[in-house]
Amino acid sequence: MSEDLKTMLKVYRGAADEAPRYEQFDVPHEDGASVLDALVWVRENEDASLAFRYSCVSANACKECMVLVDGKVNYACTAKLNTGTVTVEPLANKTLIRDLVTDIVPPKERLASADVE
Amino acid sequence: MMRVSTDVFVVGAGGAGMYAAISAAREGADVIVADKSLISRGGATIMAQMTVASAVGHEEPDHWTHHLADTIEAGHSLCNEELSAILCEESVTRIHEMDEWKVGWARVEGRMTQVHAPGHGLKRCVYVDYLNTGPAVARALRGEVAQRPGIRRASGLAVIEIVVQDGEAVGAVAIDVESGETVLVEAGAIVMAAGGLTKLYKRNSASINMGGEAYAMALRAGAELIDMEFVQFFPIGHLAPRMVGMDPIMWDPFRYKVGGRLLNGEFEEFIHNYGASDGGNYTARRDVASYAIYKEVEEGRGSPHGGVWLSFDHISEEVMKEKFGPMIGRLAKNGIDLQKQAIEVSPIAHYHMGGIRVDTEMKTRIPGLYAAGEAVGGANGATRLSGNAIPEAFVFGERAGKFGAAFAKGRARAPIDEAAATIVLSEPKSQLQKNAEPDGSATALMTELQALMWDKVGLFRTGEKLEQALERIREMQSDDLRNITIPDDEPFNQALLDWYELRAGLLCAESITLAAINRTESRGAHQREDIPDASPEFERNQTIEMSGDDMVTGWAEVPRISYTLEEKQAAVI
Repeated sequence: MSEDLKTMLKVYRGAADEAPRYEQFDVPHEDGASVLDALVWVRENEDASLAFRYSCVSANACKECMVLVDGKVNYACTAKLNTGTVTVEPLANKTLIRDLVTDIVPPKERLASADVE
Repeated sequence: MMRVSTDVFVVGAGGAGMYAAISAAREGADVIVADKSLISRGGATIMAQMTVASAVGHEEPDHWTHHLADTIEAGHSLCNEELSAILCEESVTRIHEMDEWKVGWARVEGRMTQVHAPGHGLKRCVYVDYLNTGPAVARALRGEVAQRPGIRRASGLAVIEIVVQDGEAVGAVAIDVESGETVLVEAGAIVMAAGGLTKLYKRNSASINMGGEAYAMALRAGAELIDMEFVQFFPIGHLAPRMVGMDPIMWDPFRYKVGGRLLNGEFEEFIHNYGASDGGNYTARRDVASYAIYKEVEEGRGSPHGGVWLSFDHISEEVMKEKFGPMIGRLAKNGIDLQKQAIEVSPIAHYHMGGIRVDTEMKTRIPGLYAAGEAVGGANGATRLSGNAIPEAFVFGERAGKFGAAFAKGRARAPIDEAAATIVLSEPKSQLQKNAEPDGSATALMTELQALMWDKVGLFRTGEKLEQALERIREMQSDDLRNITIPDDEPFNQALLDWYELRAGLLCAESITLAAINRTESRGAHQREDIPDASPEFERNQTIEMSGDDMVTGWAEVPRISYTLEEKQAAVI
């Protein structure tokens, strides 16, 4: 890891009922690192409550980590992390849950409310 | 608080969980299958690279008893042979069933293509496509689950605890991840299919949600675990440079097919210094390769990231393209040109042989609680034969669903006491140290645990390292776990889920370490540098159970089959 290289990660924060805000994190930059690596680094080192989805180990198999990287739809695990400022936001066309998590669960994979007794 | 009720509740929706759901539904049971991730996306199945072992005999004449013999040999005398036999015999039916469900096994002229994998006596492993078997399996099962009306799917449902009333499993406490709402699940039977624990090691090849929760939940519910000291490591997992969209264990076939050279940090071959020959055929045994790499790194001759180099620069571009075709393009996308650079590899945690103790109906000793897939211990003994993990998911999943459904049918569902949920859900806060402002993070502690397990409870163990690990693990349980900041009720409360995951991970880590201390010999995947030989007195399975807050270990006779394999073969003819 190169000590001098950093990425300024600008991340959307907040739940659906909160005013949108962005938080910035200085993330160490490593050659070949992905945006997902940077998000994991933030959760480990800066803020354990940062919410984002992922499941597989950067194999692009689970397809859960889709977000907006600098305004473009991308998988966080396959998006290369650039130096300079990188902005990460939740998908714009999905309902926001919190931070980078949006509602991507297929409707039929939810326990129906009819089950409530 | 939301309440749901079902005949069979399946925890985990990878290969084993989805198969259990399908199997229970076709017995007429109502099923809920839940995953803390999304259905079929998490877990190990979707990460599976290639080989699925089964004696379907399409490539050359085979019989499941030959598969069984190979499985038992790989298991170093510790296989629960009754489970191994079921795995090998029934995998044939399951492979054909998956074929009907259009998984798309690779074929030539109508016959399934089978390849030879390490440890098998013949060509026995079916597959779908290079690096694509897992996703294809997940897709086929997801389709089957979706079209069966008896199955309700619950993505984003994190199961926290099995509820046991009067000694029987009657349901579960879960959290709806997105809303944070508590969900009480009343069930006639519960199938634990939430996979293994490879996440507990710094370098691993499985999904991030495999942190040992299946084992921890079963243990806390009163079930026994077995053989927890046996964690399988894969010798040449990918280490560096960073690479995405590829399976970290992909280099194995590369090395075998064209001959990749393993070089230490000084770019010298080293396998021959460890009593193995790698010249010419590049097939040094996996355990020897792992040991040699481990030792080179330990003695300061590793590559920059703490592994060794794997080099293909002596192979021509034409040969690489011919053998690996589109893979070369995918590597190029990652900025990797094997003609110009070596890559770094290291052993990585790959699979867990140990797990929940079950009988041949996949039943634990707690009535109503079943297990399936990697969560089950015993079938693979001290080392798993290549290609046995996916058939295990199919076969044990099918059985757990079937027997779970039968049990649920004859049983009245018990209403779950809401107090049970209240206790479970208040634990993260009630454990906090009095009058202290918590400032710890479960994520950071998990990272520490992964490093600890890697360094001290990993490939090569000593009594001293194991004792040090156990001390720190117990300190983390009694101390660090009570000093974690958790935000109050918020949607997708990751910090809260991480707390439960860490608690489960620590319980598993304790069980592995304790079992490894007790097994004062080296056998299969459990290698003690201070005691390098196997000892006949340890030809026994090790059990673990909870007694209050204390973990209690014991020994049990290995279940053996009572027939000869020749008898079974003769019976068919």
